[in-house]
Parts: sequence; C-alpha cells; structure tokens
Amino acid sequence: MSHVPGLIQSIERSSAVLRLLAAGRLRVKEIADALDLPKSTAHSILRTLEHVGFVEQDTRTARYRLGRGLLELGEDGLDLNELRGRALNWADALAARGGEEVRIGALRDGHVVVVHHVFRPDDSVQSLDTGHLLPPHATALGKVLLAYNAPAVEVAVRAGLEAYTRRTLTLPRDLARSLTETRERGWSLSVEEWEAGRAGIAAPVRSFGGLVVGAIGVSGPVERLCDTRRQARPALVEHVTATARAITRDLAGS
Amino acid sequence: MSERYVLAIDQGTTSSRCILFDRRATVVSVVRGEHTQSYPRPGWVEHDAARIWRDVQRLIKRAMREAGIGPAQVAAIGIANQRETVVVWDKASGTPVAPAIVWQDTRTSSMLDGLDGSFIRERTGLPLATYFSATKVKWLLDNVAGLRSRAARGEVLFGTMDSWLIWNLTGGKHLTDVTNASRTMLMDLATLSWDPDLLDIFDIPRAMLPEIRSSSEVYGEAFPGVPIAGVLGDQQAALFGQTCFAPGDTKCTYGTGGFLLMNTGSAPVRSSHGLITTVGYQIGSGEVAYALEGSIAIAGSLVQWVRDGLGLIGTASEIETLAGTVGDNGGCYIVPAFSGLYAPYWESEARGVIVGLTSYITKGHLARAVLEATGWQTRDVVDAMNADSGLALTALNVDGGMTADNLLMQIIADFLDVPVVRPMVAETVSVGAAYAAGLAVGYWSDLRDLQHNRHSAGRWRPGMDADRRAFEHANWKRAVESAVFFSRRP
Repeated sequence: MSHVPGLIQSIERSSAVLRLLAAGRLRVKEIADALDLPKSTAHSILRTLEHVGFVEQDTRTARYRLGRGLLELGEDGLDLNELRGRALNWADALAARGGEEVRIGALRDGHVVVVHHVFRPDDSVQSLDTGHLLPPHATALGKVLLAYNAPAVEVAVRAGLEAYTRRTLTLPRDLARSLTETRERGWSLSVEEWEAGRAGIAAPVRSFGGLVVGAIGVSGPVERLCDTRRQARPALVEHVTATARAITRDLAGS
Repeated sequence: MSERYVLAIDQGTTSSRCILFDRRATVVSVVRGEHTQSYPRPGWVEHDAARIWRDVQRLIKRAMREAGIGPAQVAAIGIANQRETVVVWDKASGTPVAPAIVWQDTRTSSMLDGLDGSFIRERTGLPLATYFSATKVKWLLDNVAGLRSRAARGEVLFGTMDSWLIWNLTGGKHLTDVTNASRTMLMDLATLSWDPDLLDIFDIPRAMLPEIRSSSEVYGEAFPGVPIAGVLGDQQAALFGQTCFAPGDTKCTYGTGGFLLMNTGSAPVRSSHGLITTVGYQIGSGEVAYALEGSIAIAGSLVQWVRDGLGLIGTASEIETLAGTVGDNGGCYIVPAFSGLYAPYWESEARGVIVGLTSYITKGHLARAVLEATGWQTRDVVDAMNADSGLALTALNVDGGMTADNLLMQIIADFLDVPVVRPMVAETVSVGAAYAAGLAVGYWSDLRDLQHNRHSAGRWRPGMDADRRAFEHANWKRAVESAVFFSRRP
C-alpha cells in the first residue's frame, strides 16, 4: 500500500475506517477486507477509535458504527457529571490531605462552571456551590482552563477582563503572561485576584491524547495556601497536581 | 517510631478489596480483585470460597506493598463481608465441601412453604426469605452426600464469609460476629446466641456453627503480633463507618439498589412495616446497638436499564445531565417494581409502570422520573422506619456510587425534608471494619475519637416547599397503586 513519507499511516488508516463507517455499519472483518488490512490491525484501529468515542460497537450485532463523540465534535466533550463521577474519590482525598475545600471546574460558554465541590474538612458551615459560575481570568481553576484553550482566552478578552479586586489581571498582556507561566509549571495560582484574602491553586485534568477537560483545585485564605512571599505552598501544589494526574490516569486509561 | 495503620478487608459480592487507613481514616492504599459469579442453574448464584481466600491473601500483601509497609506496621485487621453467603468446609483439610451459596441464590424458595414465618420473625427479626443463611445450609446438608452426619460429628464447619476468612487467617479459629450471626436466621435476636428451636426447624447440627463474638475484639492473629480485631457485615460496617452511633442515626448506601440502616439503640425494634430488625454492632462486652434495615430494590439498576435497555444515555452519569435538561418531571412517574415492591408495600407480584405520559414528556422528564423514583423509594423506607422506631430522621448519611449524582442527592433532601450528608471518607464499609478493629486494639480510643475523623464532604439542604412535596408524594403513592393494580388479574 502506498504511503507518503512524513505522514502518519495509522491516522490515514483511521480516516479511511471513519469514511467506511460513514456509509454503513460494518464488522471488523469487512473493514479489514475493504482496506486490505490484517484483521488485527483493523481491530486495533477500531478499538482506539472506540476509546476516543469516534466509533461504537453494537453489542448485539458486533457491527461498528460512527460514535456519538464524532457527531458531537463541536460540543464540549466529556459529560460534566461523568467527570464528577470519575473524580469523586480523588477530590475527597485531596480535601482530606490538603485540609482545604476542593472544586472541579470546566469551561462552558465563557465561564468556569463548578462541576464538583468538596467541603473543607473542618465541619464549619459551608454550602455546596456545584453549578455556580466563576470568572475564568480571575480564578485558579479558570486560568488553568484558559492556559490550554486559546479560543477561550480570546472570548474572555473580548468580553472584557472585569476587575474584581485590585489584583485581578485586567490587561490581556498580564493574563497571557500568567497563562504562559501556568503552562510552564503545570499548575495555576490566583492570589486575591477574585476575592480579597483568598487564594486558589489548580491543575489540569486531561482526557485521552492530553485534551484538557477540566481543572481541579483548592481554595482558601491566602495565609493558609501561600507563604509570606505570597507563593503557593509546595506541599499543597504537590497534592493538587498529584490528584489531577490521578484523575487524568483514570480518564485517559478507560 | 514508624507510623502504624489499620487494614480493612472488604469481602464483597463481586470483588474483594483491601484498604489501609491511617489514624485520620484517610486511605493510604487500596487494592481490589474481582471474582467470578457462577450461575450453574436458574436462580443459583455461587462463589468459589477457596478462590476468594487466595484473592484476600494476595490483596493483603499487595496493599502493604503499595503502602511500603510490612505487617509490623499493621496495628489490626478488620473484616467487612457480603452477608448471609454460606460456606461449608472440611475441618481437617480446610477445603470447602461445595461452592459457597451466595445471598442472592433462590434455590431454596420451595423450602419456605412449610415454615412458620411469624415465629421465625419473632425470634430472629428476619422475614421468611431465601436471602438468609439457614435454608442454604439446610440445602447443602440435604444435598451433599454424607454431609449431615459429618456435620453432626463436627467434621465439617459452617460459616458466613467472615468466619471463612477468620478460620483461614488465624489457622483454625471458628468464630463469627454478632451482626453476621443475626443474618443467618439461626440466632435469637434477644439472647444473641444460636437458638435450639431454629436449629431444630432447619435441622442444622450445633456442632458445625461458629462461636458468636462481638464486632470489635481480638479474634486471633493473622500474622505474629497482628490481630484480627473487627468484624461486621458490610451494611452494618457502613453504618459504623458513617459513625451512626446514636439512636436515630441513619445511613443509606446507594448502589444497584439501596440499603438503609437506622441505629435504634439498645433494644430491638420490631417492625410492623416489614422492615428487618438486625444487630447494628457490638463493641467488646458493651451493649448491642440494634438497627432497622430496609432496602430499595432498584436504584442504580434503573439507571443501568435506561442506559442498556433503552439506550437513552451512554454512561450512568449522563442520567443527571439528561434530567438537568428539564425543571421537573412534567407529571411523569416511574415505579421500578422490576421484581415486585419491597418495604413497606411487599407486593411481590407488582411490576413496574410509567404513568402520566403525555406528548409533552421528553427523555429529560423520564430521566428526572428515574432519579425521583430512587428519592421516593428512600422516602417510603424512611417513613416506615420513623413509624416503627418512634424516632424522627434528622439527616440522612449517604454513601455509594450514586452519591456522585448531585441532582439525585438534592431530590432526596427535598423528598425527605432533611439534609443529606455525604461524608469525606467515601469507603464507609471498609472504614467501618477498620474502626471496629482499631477500637479493639486502642488504635482509636473511643467512639468520640472516631467521630473526630468524620467530616462532611457535601451537604444538600431541603429546598422544596411543603405543598409541592405533598402533591408529588401523593402522585407517587398513586403511581405505586397503579403498579399494584396492573399486576392483579381479575
């Protein structure tokens, strides 16, 4: 079979599989025959495409068809309730170890929506704010989500970077610098950028292929999250990033 | 001195897990091994007990390895187990004489006919059902050649999974805890000892039964210096892990179904609504805490049906997304009586119904009705518990996989009109076993010490107005009547 050097053969083959399935439902053998591939190769391609949601197998007939993930390419990907379900135990452990409240967020319509909220483990009166919206440019969760999503940064800048405190990053240049820093170290920090006296530390949660689907972070009083130079406490950063990696392993591995 | 931990073994129906906890009850390591379910004939469910023991041995080692510790750093071992499942083994060789008969197994249903249900309920707190151990032990004695005479001579032993594991871990101690014993249908709930009349009824030789101990004491050593010190049936372990130590404290575990247990204090409460009276726990020589238990037959399994049977959603979590597309149920109610209705209705012939359909109803409304069905079933059991116990629920402590569903938790809070609280330690079954073990060896000092470990991770406050709740509740009741009506042939 001809193959252009420099291009990735498995992607070409995957595209061919998708074109075949766009025409109708097929079995592995039929796909292998159509593309003149060994059945094992066709099967590996189908399993990978199934993993990323681009094809589905009908368990009754064993035939493959295009998956919902492909039909919903323009939508936001991972179901947010699914994200919460997968992250629940990890988020609890983060709250227990870190001693701070934990939130998981995702970008929707230019806002950070709180997907999950775990109370700070001190039995003080707290209320769940799952479903609430947070400003992306002013929160640690939001800055992680923006750091890996250039179009969302444009949207945020166009909407205007509203000042919530005198430390909110209201200039696009300052925001861009903060996002670069976030990407470089793999976690974000927001100190009194949204609410006076409060800080947040957050890290990205990724799905297959490295796609950032959410952010998890802790928030609390500046003096508990930061040292005297207003830098994030390394132990907390380690807890947050380790938790994000654990959820990522769970999401990417299934 | 290096830190010490408590090891919990959760021997469940589909898997066994080992979890190491530290003093704050945070999970240090968790390992899990699944085992196969055998369905050799319709209605039969069996486990390979020898395989389960091999799994548990392996998992204990792995849990310690993952935490980077040795047995010297394990302060105690606690066991929580699938309840009622029957193992009978040869005392000399330690080999099971037959596959374990699992609690779900219904092969003994014909045995129930001739039995005096009211006597048995009075003596054991249990309704006459195949669920419990007694009929399963009898079945083995009746059907395995020569077993009854060997049992009478004390050559073969019976135990639930806890006994089987203790026997193997300690190299030959034949013990069980009072919560597990209370599920055999052979124990007198008042005296907490094996009952001669029941042994007579089921024709089971006393010689094959384990000794009944409390839920928290040293039973023996699994490794030199490492005692097994806590044993609880899994739902009781969850009650204990949720620190439901005061009368009225209640927990509900939401999985495929739901298990609600309410601590009713030091005297057993007899139910007039068909709830189960059971032992909650007993710490050493202390007073027994009794509990009322009610189950929700269909909870997560209704969501699975929407996913696999109807194909309306791709994953279970999407039920919440779909239900979130509408603000209410649109007048639609689902009664998931797939295999009859449980407490407080006890209509075994009832079948599920969906009522209130109009052309306005979308799959979003159906999804909402699915979640509400779990909410109303919870309310039904809670109402029965409140009535039986004379206690009023003030909050519901929840655990299990479905607690990830925020909308469901809010619905439950709204329907019950009490706060719903999710604890930070999600592994309530394992933590309960760990607590029982840690208490016995002084790793934790007392119940108050345990309560200090408890923090809520989430709390949902009721937010539904009373008229609306009453209106919806009346509709649910009428939907239940429809399910019963539909199953009654003229």
